[in-house]
Amino acid sequence: MADIALARAPETARQVRQARMLSVGARCALPVAVLLGIGFLAPMVAILAYSFATPRSFDVFRSFTLENFASIFDPTNTVWLSFAWSVGFALFTVAILAVIAYPIAYGLNAVFGRWAGFISVLFVFPLFVSENVRLYGWVLFFIKNGVLDGTLKWLGLPGGPEVLYTPGVTLFGMAYTYLPFMLFPMTLGLALVPRDLVDAARDLGAGRLFIWREIELPLAMPGILIGMLLTFVLAIGATAEAKILGGQSIIVISHDIEIAFTYSQNWPLGSALAVVVSVFIAALTLTALSKLDLDRMLGRR
Amino acid sequence: MLQTLPAASTAVEAPRLPILQLVGVRKMFGGFAAVEGIDLDVREGEFLTIVGPSGSGKTTLLRMLAGMDTPSEGNITLRGELINDVPPNKRPTCLVFQSLALFPHKSVGENIAFALKVKGADAATRKKRALELMRIVRLPDNYHDKNVMKCSGGERQRVALARAFAYDPEVLFFDEPLSALDYKLKKALEKELKDLHRETGKTFIYITHSLEEAMVMSDRIGVMRAGRLVQVGTPEEIYGAPVDRFVSEFVGEVNTLKMKRVGQQWQGVDVPGTFTLGSPQNGAVLDEAFVVIRPEYMRFLAAGERADNQLKGTVYNEYSLGSRIQYQVRVGSKDAGEKVMLVELSRARALPPGASREVTIGWDAADAFTLGS
Repeated sequence: MADIALARAPETARQVRQARMLSVGARCALPVAVLLGIGFLAPMVAILAYSFATPRSFDVFRSFTLENFASIFDPTNTVWLSFAWSVGFALFTVAILAVIAYPIAYGLNAVFGRWAGFISVLFVFPLFVSENVRLYGWVLFFIKNGVLDGTLKWLGLPGGPEVLYTPGVTLFGMAYTYLPFMLFPMTLGLALVPRDLVDAARDLGAGRLFIWREIELPLAMPGILIGMLLTFVLAIGATAEAKILGGQSIIVISHDIEIAFTYSQNWPLGSALAVVVSVFIAALTLTALSKLDLDRMLGRR
Repeated sequence: MLQTLPAASTAVEAPRLPILQLVGVRKMFGGFAAVEGIDLDVREGEFLTIVGPSGSGKTTLLRMLAGMDTPSEGNITLRGELINDVPPNKRPTCLVFQSLALFPHKSVGENIAFALKVKGADAATRKKRALELMRIVRLPDNYHDKNVMKCSGGERQRVALARAFAYDPEVLFFDEPLSALDYKLKKALEKELKDLHRETGKTFIYITHSLEEAMVMSDRIGVMRAGRLVQVGTPEEIYGAPVDRFVSEFVGEVNTLKMKRVGQQWQGVDVPGTFTLGSPQNGAVLDEAFVVIRPEYMRFLAAGERADNQLKGTVYNEYSLGSRIQYQVRVGSKDAGEKVMLVELSRARALPPGASREVTIGWDAADAFTLGS
């Protein structure tokens, strides 16, 4: 035993110094680690701390109470409704986008082949314009005497439907906003399906629907699932669509959080809500990702 | 009925009808004819190999046969039925892809039974048939549930083959499936493929750029060049009676000498001299000809020994080909034209170590081909 201990002990001062120093990799990663610590971890810690502070106070790190969480889960509190709206609308958005984006992604791959991924990046360009600006654009489009209504009336038609400030148009806005996030991974996913395999399946007697079900869909699944997950996580935190297009006809959870932090100046409650939502999304995402075995789906294992 | 037939006619085997027939098949890509003027009868149950250098149109031809491309002109008939526009999933043919195109998300068994699943067979039937086919292609039973991507190269070949057999096609196409394998495995699988052909009695159409592969396996070989089928024949015919220089050179290393007719004699164009030539294949009268001599038909002439044709030269290189030795002999002269001729001898007849490098090489007219082009 003693021999081993001796053998392991650093023999020179230089080795001692080296042992105390970080490896090259760790030193290179340090700036990013510091940045993440300050920019990402610190706010999370602050939120977490606030969620346990006395309600309607700024006694962060000095008080500890579960009151905020208790009030959220209090049956008389209707905040669960906002949460349900958010989850429901996020799910709807994912479903709608899956149906819309799949044919587009399929078409992009069929027409542009290898360049399909690049072309689908072009769909991201609208993101360079502020989301609010784009949504107000839709308001102008749908509003009474706006682009749609006005044009129809000018043509002597009865005018457009009054869709503005309804839950339906909120959903439309969400589908519009998150289309690129579904389309891009889906296009890449579909590009993973080798042409040969489709030819081979057809050669073995399979019809179009059978090939889609047995070959194309399973092989494109990694991209489709990542697109769905990304869209869901983004859509569950959406507020602008419900506020601007929906005219607050429904209140989503992020709107509730925003109100708690601004109008009601109840940071602890807002923090607690944020923590609940974050835990929910994180649990969902991690579960989905653990089920999503990319290697197996791509046949590498 | 049978009894009324005369005894003599039963003794004669009825001529086997072609299973696949190509008449004037042509495929245009834009203004470029990838495949042109293909007339070919494929006999039922034969192993036909189409060989040609890359870009010769053999893959395009195969894709048309499999239904993945349609001919721009001409007819393809299967058992007398026009199939030009019949899609691959409606044809009783199956292609083994160069990439094998195995389904990476399916197990070995699921890959093999794919065609059965298409037909709506239940799980038990599929498994039973998959195991049967796995035995035919010599895959162990416990591979049934193995992920196909975990299989080795040779095993994947067998899976692809079994998957094609499961479709129960009348004609099987192969698009160079062995090209990615190492030499030893390739040789073993060539032999297995030939055995499977005999055992199943199916019609095999195989394409490759390797004539060696074609020679080993095929009943007949078709040589393609620039979209056209230059020659179709048994391996012996292709080797022993090539129709032109392209085929003769494709089959193996050859010595080619250009000749021109001067009166009743043939004069060498590349190397000076008067030569005796065999008659051209189709009896054509030629003013210019190429004489093609395989290296193994060349020999060194000892003093006093004679051959129909002889040339003096210098051995400047020799290679061992294992059991054989190949000599590179420079003939002619710098002024009148020089040429390197190949002479291949069995090791037993090799030049002795101390022998002079100044040699006389010769060949008989009957051992050479006289070709017009």
